Amino acid sequence: MAGWTTHQGQAVLLPLANIDTDQLIPARFMSTPRSAGYGDYLLYDLRRDAGGALRPDFPLNGTPQASVLVTRRGFGSGSSREAAVYALIDAGIRAVIAPSFGDIFASNAVNNGLLPARVDAQTHATIEGALQAGAADISVSLQDKSLRMGDLVLPFQLDDAWALKLQNGWDDIDLTQHHKTDIDGFARQRHQTAPWAWPAAMD
Amino acid sequence: MTARTLLDKLWDAHEILRRADGMSLLWVDRHLVHEGSHHGFAKLAARGLPLAAPELTFAVVDHYAPTKNRDAIADPAIARMIDTLRQNAAQHGVRLYDLFDPHQGIVHVVGPEQGITLPGLLINCGDSHTSTHGAFGALAFGIGATEVAHVLATQTIWQRKPKAMRITVDGSLPLGVTAKDIALAWISKLGTDGAQGHAVEYTGSAIRALSMEGRMTLCNLSIEGGARFGMIAPDDVTADYVQGRPLAPKGTDWDAARADWATLHSDRDARFDRELTLDAADIAPTVTWGTSPEQALPITATIPNPDDLDPAKAKAAAEALDYMGLRPGTPIEGTAVDQVFIGSCTNGRIEDLRAAAAVLRGRRAKVPGLISPGSAQIKAQAEAEGLDRVFTDAGLDWAAAGCSMCVGMNGDLVAEGKRCASSTNRNFRGRQGRGARTHLMSPAMVAAAAVTGCLTDLRKLSGGMG
Ligand code: SF4
Repeated sequence: MAGWTTHQGQAVLLPLANIDTDQLIPARFMSTPRSAGYGDYLLYDLRRDAGGALRPDFPLNGTPQASVLVTRRGFGSGSSREAAVYALIDAGIRAVIAPSFGDIFASNAVNNGLLPARVDAQTHATIEGALQAGAADISVSLQDKSLRMGDLVLPFQLDDAWALKLQNGWDDIDLTQHHKTDIDGFARQRHQTAPWAWPAAMD
Repeated sequence: MTARTLLDKLWDAHEILRRADGMSLLWVDRHLVHEGSHHGFAKLAARGLPLAAPELTFAVVDHYAPTKNRDAIADPAIARMIDTLRQNAAQHGVRLYDLFDPHQGIVHVVGPEQGITLPGLLINCGDSHTSTHGAFGALAFGIGATEVAHVLATQTIWQRKPKAMRITVDGSLPLGVTAKDIALAWISKLGTDGAQGHAVEYTGSAIRALSMEGRMTLCNLSIEGGARFGMIAPDDVTADYVQGRPLAPKGTDWDAARADWATLHSDRDARFDRELTLDAADIAPTVTWGTSPEQALPITATIPNPDDLDPAKAKAAAEALDYMGLRPGTPIEGTAVDQVFIGSCTNGRIEDLRAAAAVLRGRRAKVPGLISPGSAQIKAQAEAEGLDRVFTDAGLDWAAAGCSMCVGMNGDLVAEGKRCASSTNRNFRGRQGRGARTHLMSPAMVAAAAVTGCLTDLRKLSGGMG
């Protein structure tokens, strides 16, 4: 995963609360290998009518170039399916701005280079206001955790560890392997002090 | 020494190290995988890494498990998902509970049933309802595919310690009220992000009085209130459930385990970041009316008018009612349903099937329905008790174990526009199939809906609840 520090793109407003992971990618698409690309599955049932045609009135459909999604509370709540993040990434989204995120979604997002930018209610209202007329240019900085839209400079919240991880494109497996001695020592000690914590031999 | 919460004790027992930025590296005692874990295995393969601890990893076929005609899986995509898991399990030497294994079932049912799940463990699974296992006093939480790969490769996980929240439920639950109703009651009060960033510990006399099945239902649904962790301190009920399970500790290990588990409770003076107290007597049989688990009300209530709600929730409510095809201001009770489903890791256990059968015994269902037990073992037990006959005599389908209509990945779907009374955990748009309308409730309430063909207060059914 490549790191990034600033992103310039277009923000689009999706004024819906609780867009859960079942909506981000319906379960029926999840047997697809990642290499096939998940972008078309993003919000599949919301974006399309019963016949499968794209709804012209759905915000994202008119702005395929948008790379920043501004939405409401509870984004990514629900299942742990990382495919929800793949669908966003493969559709070109780099950041999602919302008042709150599902915990597992947010962590999956950071693991894939997607920024879950949390904003307070007032900031959220300001951004929604700025996007009423349609998609607009935005610049996102991980360094000072700020969003710029025209003259507006607005803050977002992000765990410091996650901000670093996004910037460096760190992979946790690499980081963890540096702690191998600690891990082995811990496992040995646990095996001694709590042998019951290993599965019993079957009779 | 300062007083510690159950969360503190479990965390301390698994923390290998804590970085300066506050992230903890935790030891994982059990890792459960299923067909959906294919992305995680693919990431491991891409790096050419071995599995760190195959003996602590267990694989289950559940999400795509057909509930009928297992011998010849018609859909090649489903067959491929199951075959991929078989290959990954075989390649890495992982115990697999395969389709025809007498212990196959839903991962969160099989874990406890086999004694894979124990008090005091840290348990991960690439599935959000991993919180279920917290019912044993374990630190159990769902993870995404990148984290699955990390656990496979290192048997550890990075986490920031959540805040501690306590939900106390005292008193005794009224007749017909279950753990499902406790969960829907608190989630409707606090919202789907109400417990976000918190580990919820459930305490109080009503919680102590719950069976392990009820405790699992409650901890399972914690994720629907935004909490990744739900937990209950282990007690004799827990130990009685665990003892004698195939992979549970035996002999001197059992004695040592019991001694360790006795310390797994929040100290008397432990401080919680948040507290919520509920009176069990105030909780009624609860059903959802919308497309989020927080959109739930007692069966005696009327469908809300969005104009009367908190403005922040009005728009979502109006959209939910539109999707659900419901009119504000009318009673929820009496809403006609097209079909019913009983199953899932939330309410597919033997006690759930018994509760549903008690309502259905000697009655006919007015609508079609599917019953899929949580595991093959539960299926066998239900059949030994004659419950399957109760269901089929009522006109309902009795099928094999799996996630089934909870998520529809195996093809068990609710058709567009159809309304389903369901014992599952998510009433999201399209969860049970595109355009499907889901009402969540307890298994006995689902059974009551089957009997009358509409959402029904089971306390009013003639002849009672069996
Ligand atoms: S039954 Fe439903 S919630 Fe439970 S593991 Fe299966 S799909 Fe997930």
